Amino acid sequence: MKLGYKIAKRFLKSNLGQTFFIILGIAIGVSVQIFIGSLIQGLQKSLVEKTIGNSSQITITSLTDDKRITDYDKMITDIKTVDSSIDKISIANDNAAFLEYGSNSQSLLIRGFNIEDADKIYNFIDRLKEGTYPQNENEIILGIDLKDEYGMKLNDTVKITTPSQKTVNCKVVGFYDLNVASVNKSWAITTLGTSQTMFDTNNSVTSIEMQVNSKSTFIADQIGVKISDKLNNSSIKVDNWKAQNAQLLSGLQGQSISSIMIQVFVLISVVLGIASVLAITVMQKSKQIGILKAMGIKNSTTSFIFLFEGLILGFFGAVLGIVFGLGLSFAFTKFALNPDGTPVIALYISYSFIIGSGLIAIASSLLAAFIPAIRSSKLNPIDIIRNN
Amino acid sequence: MSNMLEIKGINKIYGEEIKTQVLYDINLSFEQGSFNSIIGQSGSGKSTILNIMGTLDKATSGEIIIDGKNVKNMSNNQLAALRNSTIGFVFQFHYLLPEFTALENVLMPYEIKHGKVTKEIIKKAEDYLKLVGLEDVKNNLSTKLSGGQQQRTAIARALINNPKIILADEPTGNLDSDSTETIYELLRNINQEIGTTFIIITHDKRIAEKTDRIIEIKDGRINMDITK
Repeated sequence: MKLGYKIAKRFLKSNLGQTFFIILGIAIGVSVQIFIGSLIQGLQKSLVEKTIGNSSQITITSLTDDKRITDYDKMITDIKTVDSSIDKISIANDNAAFLEYGSNSQSLLIRGFNIEDADKIYNFIDRLKEGTYPQNENEIILGIDLKDEYGMKLNDTVKITTPSQKTVNCKVVGFYDLNVASVNKSWAITTLGTSQTMFDTNNSVTSIEMQVNSKSTFIADQIGVKISDKLNNSSIKVDNWKAQNAQLLSGLQGQSISSIMIQVFVLISVVLGIASVLAITVMQKSKQIGILKAMGIKNSTTSFIFLFEGLILGFFGAVLGIVFGLGLSFAFTKFALNPDGTPVIALYISYSFIIGSGLIAIASSLLAAFIPAIRSSKLNPIDIIRNN
Repeated sequence: MSNMLEIKGINKIYGEEIKTQVLYDINLSFEQGSFNSIIGQSGSGKSTILNIMGTLDKATSGEIIIDGKNVKNMSNNQLAALRNSTIGFVFQFHYLLPEFTALENVLMPYEIKHGKVTKEIIKKAEDYLKLVGLEDVKNNLSTKLSGGQQQRTAIARALINNPKIILADEPTGNLDSDSTETIYELLRNINQEIGTTFIIITHDKRIAEKTDRIIEIKDGRINMDITK
């Protein structure tokens, strides 16, 4: 084996130009694979993050006539024992109401939260464009679109009328921007206490919302089932983002499949490229193989020569390909920018994916070397010597 | 003296559909330490005999006994090992590995046998290169050597595993007359000093006349066999 390695190394060194071009070919394949893979993964991550990063991923609502949940404290305690990946839980008291501001009026969803818990999911505080978040009774925040539409100012008073015709004057202490115009126009956010007093709902809520950590995003449905089993309550419904976003999911799946297809075809072309070049190398080196066999080298050792050539080419091709791939990826995030300076697509650099791509390239090169290895072992020295 | 190499009833037929017989019932034996030549015209079958004796080619029928061992039922790997340790080859076209230096070429059969080289064997290889007058160019790539130098390197390589037999096919075939003389003297000295059995194919009558035994092959048959 050691002799096979030595001869392989010498064969490759003796024809540096050819060796370099094979390595370059493998490297380009690996770099395309890494770039496409990182691009698609980044695209998917940012899409998922934009879609569900700041919203509830698993939501518990009530199936009772009044749509209310009263024993939520016990439920939350139970939920926390279900799965360690549930890292954010918040309760919400949502009620429809009517907003009046000067001569303007519209319907509105009043969402009462424990602001600090809800902030972990919705990130309100960072998304406040003006003012502060509601802390005291009858303080609310509204969306930036509503402000622009009605020309509101901070600390203005708006009149809220509940379905039971109760009217409450609320102070607007801030304006948020959740990047979705329909939300910005239709949500008023306040404290749990204010909403419970305003709608006379006592100590009850309308939903329990939660997020799981990023590793478990795609198993939110399974966690939802676990929660449902644990709570074992026929008057509640456990919903998850996957059920609510079936189209997004099928889009992501289509993207993944096309990404895998591209990678597979790149890989196939790399394997065929190496196999054909190594097959030619066997022809080029048949005289050497013949003379080595006349001197008594074993068939298996001549096979090792070509397997080692495949391994060496694969290794250097993978290393160079990783360098190229990362370089291309970083260049893409540096030069393909939005007007605000953020990258068009945030690439997702996964080291395990990159190392995996490299290992696959090495394994493919080794695989490609099998054909020439077998051919070389079958080479008969007498054919070389007789034909000179 | 005992026989180092013996072939019995060798026939060789090429081709599957159109059969061409090139050797007819050849029987030969070579004594240990003898210095033999095989002569004959192009296409007479002399190279085929040498390749069969060297286990590179297979006879259609007949037996080959090398150093007392019948090679008939040996596997490819066993034949490779036998060639490696018992037979040294010197071919007309040198057949050095162009990627390796003269010294590395000489060491190659040893490396095939043992998987590594020792200081002692490097010293021995250098001694052989000195014997063939190449100590100054031992680290040159074989492609940088002249034809005569390459042939002498091939002879040093054939000697490295202390083979009992050296089979040489037109070792001086494409060399000038001075180099031919040098190579012949070299082979003769090795035969006398180390006692290696030599079987040399040549069409050069002057070389043949200097050997102890001349076998002439004509149309696949032994035409003449003279021992001095």
